[in-house]
Amino acid sequence: MQTLEPILAEHPFFKNLDPKILQVIVGCATNVVFKAGEFIFREEGDAQEFYLIRKGQVALEIYAPGRGPITLQTLHDGNILGWSWLVPPYQWHFDARAVEETRAIALNGRCLRTKCEECHELGYELMKRFAFVVTQRIEALTLQVLDIYGDHRS
Amino acid sequence: MSEADQKGHPQTVFEAEGLQSLVETLARKGYQVIGPTVRDKAIVYAEMESAKDLPVGWTDRQDGGTYRLEKRQDEALFGYVVGPHSWKQFLHPPKARLCQAKRKGDCFEPRGEDREIPKRAFLGVRACELAAIAVQDRVLLQGTYTDPVYQARRGNIVLIAVNCTQAGGTCFCTSMGTGPKVTSGYDLALTEVLEDGKHYFVAQAGTEPGEEILREIPHREAQDPERQIAESLIAKAAGNMGRTLEAEGVHDLLVANLEHKRWDEAAKRCLTCGNCTLVCPTCFCTTVEDSTDLTGEQAERWRRWDSCFTLDFSYIHGGSVRPSARGRYRQWMTHKLATWHDQFGTSGCVGCGRCITWCPVGIDITEEARAIRETPVSQAAPSGKERSRANP
Amino acid sequence: MATTAVKEKPIPPVRAGEPMHPRPFKVLKNQPETHDTFTLELEPAEGPREFRFAPGQFNMLYVYGFGEVPISISGDPAEPGVLVHTIRAVGTVTRALERLKRGELVGVRGPFGTSWPVAEAQNQDLVIVAGGIGLAPLRPAMVQALSGREKFGKIVLLYGARTPDDLLYVRELEQWRSRLDLEILVTVDRALGTWRGNVGVVTTLFPRASYDPFHTLALVCGPEVMMRFVILELAKRGTPADKTYLSMERNMKCGIGLCGHCQIGPTFVCKEGPVYRFDRVKGLFGKREL
Repeated sequence: MQTLEPILAEHPFFKNLDPKILQVIVGCATNVVFKAGEFIFREEGDAQEFYLIRKGQVALEIYAPGRGPITLQTLHDGNILGWSWLVPPYQWHFDARAVEETRAIALNGRCLRTKCEECHELGYELMKRFAFVVTQRIEALTLQVLDIYGDHRS
Repeated sequence: MSEADQKGHPQTVFEAEGLQSLVETLARKGYQVIGPTVRDKAIVYAEMESAKDLPVGWTDRQDGGTYRLEKRQDEALFGYVVGPHSWKQFLHPPKARLCQAKRKGDCFEPRGEDREIPKRAFLGVRACELAAIAVQDRVLLQGTYTDPVYQARRGNIVLIAVNCTQAGGTCFCTSMGTGPKVTSGYDLALTEVLEDGKHYFVAQAGTEPGEEILREIPHREAQDPERQIAESLIAKAAGNMGRTLEAEGVHDLLVANLEHKRWDEAAKRCLTCGNCTLVCPTCFCTTVEDSTDLTGEQAERWRRWDSCFTLDFSYIHGGSVRPSARGRYRQWMTHKLATWHDQFGTSGCVGCGRCITWCPVGIDITEEARAIRETPVSQAAPSGKERSRANP
Repeated sequence: MATTAVKEKPIPPVRAGEPMHPRPFKVLKNQPETHDTFTLELEPAEGPREFRFAPGQFNMLYVYGFGEVPISISGDPAEPGVLVHTIRAVGTVTRALERLKRGELVGVRGPFGTSWPVAEAQNQDLVIVAGGIGLAPLRPAMVQALSGREKFGKIVLLYGARTPDDLLYVRELEQWRSRLDLEILVTVDRALGTWRGNVGVVTTLFPRASYDPFHTLALVCGPEVMMRFVILELAKRGTPADKTYLSMERNMKCGIGLCGHCQIGPTFVCKEGPVYRFDRVKGLFGKREL
């Protein structure tokens, strides 16, 4: 049976990662498939994993009483889902729902955190990549907050 | 030999009384004569009936935010410079109706405008003002679209220019290359000479109509000493300018210094009252206003002067693009001295000094340009108070 | 003393070609697009039956008794018999336009301004990025490109709006989406749970757009903030400033370069714009209070 190593290596998130380091985390990885409409995680649940989306579409949602679920962002092939595993209290702040059938690699948070403490080089490589993802996400969210298409007369 | 005989028009002389003859000749030829006159303690341009309407024996004292009339020791007819009026109010009027519409049920029927304007003679046009008229000709007649209001008025004008024999407190035409001597664009040019008890005008036509007018005034050929005195008076005016502005490179200077802190300092003083744009002879901005009468049966479209100093001027999407005084002052000055070149190939400033005189707080465009030139931002050190690697 | 009746001087008719005189056009159709946006279809009430324009140009629209506003033309340049305007009702005049019924008159002056250089994209890819109402002035460019489809490489439309209810030309978008020779990617800033499409700003669509950034002409229109980020994204991926065009907006009164209101630095938006090649306005774009 093939390990997940080549699948991890081809994901954009791990581009240019030293194969020796990649080997360290293969043990934390599992292959997952979510059906269309299935919740990947729920708000306030334990953030035990993060996901490298290989194929599919995921909606980040928040539920407001009287308004129903509001989609904040949709993620697609190559995107990263979830970073609450990085910082305590390791809890999700949104719902994530597969809009269509979605294939992903799940990486276990505790497994990764332990390995990062043992191998700082792995820790640094992961942080670099997450910093990039988070900055991009914040820039995009900033534009959403600005409500640029809104009518700002009032 | 000076440029005296350009285009073959000889220099002539007529006595001071000839001015009355000039006014009468113009009236007889069907021109409405507009010239300088004293009104409300200023010299303004208004319809004249006789040479006696001129500000005989008056002069003006001008400085930043200051304008006073004073009596002269002599009876000069043109012994002052420019006042709050410019000729633009006659060529590019403060209000003009563009068209009308009549309501017809649920629809409307547009109607055009009658553009008949009386023939006018402008008497006493200074070199800077001729330059300003040329600047407005370029803006309003030589673009992709011409302005029919300006066009209708411009064709019917006779220009009687006057060479300045003294400079004003805020004048800087020499810096802008527009005076004090008139060089083109006039029908008749006059230089007033009062000397040794004599009072006469050295006159030279610039066009055929100018020649025709001159023919009707008793005159004779100018003698060399008379020519020389006239030239020396103009030269004296050139040497006595109240202000100077280094025009060379001012475009690039301002464009490179849009974030200069001088703009903040000007903004602290500027009231954004727009006086400068009202008195400036080249400012051309207007706005369009549509209105209906009380019954709603008749609608009119009017155009009126506007100023980039108003908040509304750049209004878009619920706010002004230039909400601060700093933004608006910078817009006006960089347009006048810099971006005007990009748009029209000349400076927008003719050095008449009106904006300095009529600014209630005396902001001086020549001083602002000088201050920026002396400390350009491009040479400033990177921002941030004293940088140091050590902990002092 | 007897008074003689003064004969009223006859008022001359509107001169054809007088750029400040509105030409009356009749409303054929007033179609709501979203809660605050509508599309008017107009035809000349008198005079020549055709109104020719180039994509990207605008008209000054006049409502009797209310005033005038500059509005981009949204129709098909190859259909000069109908003049189409998509308008957002946000002020007095635009709300008056919204209330117009079939048969009523609108005054039209134009077309004014510069246009999208669609022909320049021949033998290259064409990327059209629209934000909000910005799709309205880009629609004629898309329609023109599609009418000569074989001349272009890939054609991609990236369109961002506030919410799914704010999307314009929904039916036409669906038609375009069903074509195999066109890539249409749509996103909204936020959506309720029933939306199955993308949520996120329009820049997030770029990773999924397939075009060759080195052989592309990009046309961008939307709020200035959106254009700033989109142009950055285009450049990051390799499309240079001289292959990127945007549509700028400023207050307009005369539309013919004589009133001064639309000035930005050395340019008048109604004359050298509204469509500009980005490298020519790079120094002006995004500068505060310019």
